[in-house]
Amino acid sequence: MTKVAIIGVGMTKFGEYWEKSYRGLIQEAGVKAIRDAGVSGKDINAIYGGSMTPGLFVEQEHTSALMADYTGLSGIPATRVEAACASGGLALREAYLSIKSSEYDVVVAGGVEKMTDASTYSAIVALSGAGDQEWESFHGATFPALYALMARRHMLEYGTTEEQMAQVAVKNHHNGFLNPNAQFHSKITVKDVMNSGSVATPLKLLDCSPITDGAAAIVLASEKKAKEFTDKPVWIIGSGQASDTLALHDRKSLSRTDAAILAGKRAYEEAKVKPSDIDIAEVHDCFTIAEILAIEALGFCKIGEGGKLTEKGETALKGRIPVNTSGGLKAKGHPVGATGIAQAVEVALQLRGEADKRQVKNAKIGLTHNVGGSGATCAVHIFKND
Amino acid sequence: MTEKIPIHWRLIPQRYNLIGTECRTCGEKFFPPRDWCPKCRRKGIIHEFKFSGKGEVYSYSVVHVPPAGFEFLKPYVLGIIKLREGPLVTAQVVDCKPDDVKIGKKVSLVFRKIIADGDAGIIRYGYKFKLV
Repeated sequence: MTKVAIIGVGMTKFGEYWEKSYRGLIQEAGVKAIRDAGVSGKDINAIYGGSMTPGLFVEQEHTSALMADYTGLSGIPATRVEAACASGGLALREAYLSIKSSEYDVVVAGGVEKMTDASTYSAIVALSGAGDQEWESFHGATFPALYALMARRHMLEYGTTEEQMAQVAVKNHHNGFLNPNAQFHSKITVKDVMNSGSVATPLKLLDCSPITDGAAAIVLASEKKAKEFTDKPVWIIGSGQASDTLALHDRKSLSRTDAAILAGKRAYEEAKVKPSDIDIAEVHDCFTIAEILAIEALGFCKIGEGGKLTEKGETALKGRIPVNTSGGLKAKGHPVGATGIAQAVEVALQLRGEADKRQVKNAKIGLTHNVGGSGATCAVHIFKND
Repeated sequence: MTEKIPIHWRLIPQRYNLIGTECRTCGEKFFPPRDWCPKCRRKGIIHEFKFSGKGEVYSYSVVHVPPAGFEFLKPYVLGIIKLREGPLVTAQVVDCKPDDVKIGKKVSLVFRKIIADGDAGIIRYGYKFKLV
C-alpha cells in the first residue's frame, strides 16, 4: 500500500464573518490549499468535506456538490462527511483511506462551518444535535452541561480543580496570541477564567470554545505524486477512529473517553510509535476539561493526572509535550466541521517548520485528536516529516 | 419554535412512567429502553421493565445558559441519576435550591412539564427527579 502525504494546506482566519458566506469560506480555504500544494484542478481526483449541520446554521444541505462547484472542480466525486464536531477528522480519514486503497492519487480533505448566522439560542439547539436528542437534549442538556457532568466526576474521582481547568484556557490563549489565524488574540489569566460568568457549573465562559466561522483544507497525495509536487511532504503514518455510545449516561465511565483511547491505540499501532514519541499534539479542547480528558486518553500521562500535567506546564509551548500550539479550539476558534482539518493544518505547519512564533523546535512527529459530541466519535491521526 | 408532535407522542410511555427494558439472558436493565442487548445481541431476550424511580445523583451541573425553550427555568440543575436498578439517566433535579444538589444525594421520580411551545403550542411533559 502506498504511503500518504499532506502536500498542501490552507485555512481562513477563524472568526465572526458577517460579510462572508458558507461557500465563500470553502472557496478561500480550498484555493489556498490547492495553491500551496502546487497542483492544478486536473490533478485532483476527489473531495471529502466535513460539515456538521449547515442545514441548521445556514439552511444549506448537499454541500458536497457545493464544495466541488465553488472550487471549480465540478465533475469529480465529492462527499460530505458528518460526525458532529469530528466531521473534519473523519473527512481526513476517508481521504487518507481512499488514497491508501489506491483508488485515488490526489484528494482534497476539507472542513467548514458558518455558525454565527444563527442566533446563540439556535446555535445551542443545533449543537445539541451532537448529543442524544431524545434522552439528553430533550431534558435541557446543552453541550457545556454534558462536559460539565464529566468535569464534576473527574473532580470527584481524581481531585482535578477548576484552577487546573482554567490553566488549559490560559495556555491556549497564550498560543492563540501567536497564531495570526486564531479568533482570539487576548492573553488571559487564571483569575480571568475563574471570574468569568457561569455557563454550566463548574464550567465558566472562558472554559468554553467559541462559536466560530471558518474553513480549512488540505491536499493529500500518494507517495509517487507527493514526490512530484513537494520536497516537504508531511506523512500520515497512523489513522485511528472509534465510536462510543451516543449518550453520556450509557458510557462505562464519565471521567474517561474510551473512544479516544481506542482511536489513539489504533493510530499508535499503525504508526508504530508510542505516546512518548509525540513532539506536538492538537487535541479537541472544546471545553477545558476536554483537553484534560484528551491528554489522558492519548497516554501523555496516566488517567486522572491531566490536570496536574497542565498545572506543571508540561503541555505549554516550551513544555515536554506542547499541546494545542495553534491556540486550540479555545482560542483559535471552533467552526465545528472545520476543526479536524484545521488541526492537521497546524501539525503540518509545525512539521514543515513554518509555524513562525509558535514553532516547536525539531518537531518531527505530531498528532491530532478530534472528537464528535461528548465523545461518541473520535479520530486520531499521527504525522511525520521526512 | 415549532414542536414536532409525533416524536413526543411515541415516547409517552417511557417519558411518563420510566418504562425501560431488561435482557432476560444477561439480566442487564436498560433505560432509555433498548430492543437489542449490546452484550447478548441475537441471544438476548428483551422484555419491558418498569423502574422504581429511586436513585441517587451521579453527576450534576447548574445550567445558566439554556437552549431555546428552557429560558423560563434558568438556572436549572441537569443531573445524571444512577437508578437503584443500575442504569444512569439524564434528567433535571427540581424542587430544591441548586446548591442543595450534591453527588450521592438520594432522589425520586416526579412528573413535570419540560417546556411549553408558546401559549398555544403543545406542552412537553416528562420525568424529573427531586431530592428525598
